[in-house]
Amino acid sequence: MDSNIAALTTIFTEFYYWATVVIMFLIHVGFCMYEVGASRRRNHLHTLMKNTMLIPLVTITFFFFGWWIYWALPNGPGFTGGILWDDGAPNAPWSENMGTNLSDRLTGVFWAAFLLFSWTAASIVSGSVIERIRSGAFWIHAVLIGSVFWIVDAAWGWHYAGWMVQLLGYHDAYASGVIHAIAGGYALGVLVVLGPRLGKFTDDGTPRDILPHNPWLVTIGLFLIYTGFWGFYAACNVPLIDPEGIGGQITGITWTATNIYLGPTSLSAITFNFLMSLSGGLLIGYLVSKGDPFWTYSGGLAGIITASAGNDLYHPIQAMLIAGVGTYCAYKLHYWVERTFKIDDAVGAVAVHGYAGFIGLIICGFVLWGAPASPFEGYATISPWGQFVGAIIMFVVLGFIPAFIVSKIMSAAGILRVPPEVEFLGLDFREREAYDNAIAEVQAAEAAKIKQS
Amino acid sequence: MSTIGYSSWAVDLAEVGAVYPFHGGSIAGVSSEVVMVVIGVAFWLLWHVCQLRGEQEEIDYEVNHENRDENIRQSLDRY
Repeated sequence: MDSNIAALTTIFTEFYYWATVVIMFLIHVGFCMYEVGASRRRNHLHTLMKNTMLIPLVTITFFFFGWWIYWALPNGPGFTGGILWDDGAPNAPWSENMGTNLSDRLTGVFWAAFLLFSWTAASIVSGSVIERIRSGAFWIHAVLIGSVFWIVDAAWGWHYAGWMVQLLGYHDAYASGVIHAIAGGYALGVLVVLGPRLGKFTDDGTPRDILPHNPWLVTIGLFLIYTGFWGFYAACNVPLIDPEGIGGQITGITWTATNIYLGPTSLSAITFNFLMSLSGGLLIGYLVSKGDPFWTYSGGLAGIITASAGNDLYHPIQAMLIAGVGTYCAYKLHYWVERTFKIDDAVGAVAVHGYAGFIGLIICGFVLWGAPASPFEGYATISPWGQFVGAIIMFVVLGFIPAFIVSKIMSAAGILRVPPEVEFLGLDFREREAYDNAIAEVQAAEAAKIKQS
Repeated sequence: MSTIGYSSWAVDLAEVGAVYPFHGGSIAGVSSEVVMVVIGVAFWLLWHVCQLRGEQEEIDYEVNHENRDENIRQSLDRY
């Protein structure tokens, strides 16, 4: 920081990312409320702890290896080069940059912004598997999706030099694919092996609605996720950089905000588009679900997720319409998959995140066809086929397949799902028994005191 | 002596880098940072082992509970 402008830029950027992290924390408050509200009374505490404990587990593993993966693996499996050891070194857990360091004020906040995305990826999976997965199994999955698979996809398709950006023109500014499609695909891979909750389907295969015990908690949770989503959008941007700092083809001296690919955008643009895509999703979610609050709120989320791939460049009305299309398709696909394949996605996470994210990537390929995916020379431009291949990589290759394989291994080892007796008893049985016993003991002691006096 | 390498802030901050305790040190030829990472990873893995064992004990307790069937009936009534 050898000049005033450099000092101001650094401190502004440090504070900017720090603020996004604080706002994004609300996503996880929302996810916890949402899941607890959706679960039945006998599963509350385990549902809460399942989501809460992914926070420390993903945090420490993202410190140990997740952050290094992002910087070292943008070339993929040899497509554009090898492992970037020099780029990875300052971001390895034993680097002096990964600690209190007065000559590096950005690594910590940048790491944290990515980390909050990691929590989100794991939280998306968490909701779909409630009430029957073992917590220990879920937490291993949380580490894998949060600190391995999503960050591999980020290195490939959400990095200014990622091979998917270079060769496919992959464009996913606010993570339709790199967070939502992969997490939805991962959740589906777990669900296929895990199976439905007992009683979810009748003998002839008709699905039953297992209602949330507290719809208010669910809807407030979703509102909080919306709120945290603002921080998520802001964290996807580089807030302030000059063309020289970008080092690409942009000419002149005009400073700008950029997306993660260092392509120009603005906070104003994404504010327009966030709100319009939220609105498109809410409006269609309400219509298609006939006013069901759960699906109306989820529709708002699905709308943002569908439009996110291109929300750095869309017109607000485009964002609204794209959001509506994605929400409609996600809703219809959720029930079609449930009926056809007997998949019990307890909170609709595969649909809201996975299908909406997948569809959003492909729509982006058409609407932004031919636009530059990057400010750097020689990169492919955005196209429908580049986006389609990218969507497959996110949902299937890095999402569904690893989750399916790991779940199969867990199932064979007998650690994936709780036994039927425990599912009927409720995951919280032991805690509830201890609670009831403690109350009975206190009441007995108080009654004895009254007798003595 | 100072664990962070500085016992006074009478320094030019432009020349100051890492300031956490034991930075740049070594234990038996291995850097203190690598030692901390090894301890951290071991702590993480051990946590999973303990958690999986504890969860299995809890499941065994519930499956073998003497009033299991009555408890199941009460649980289903609670929704």
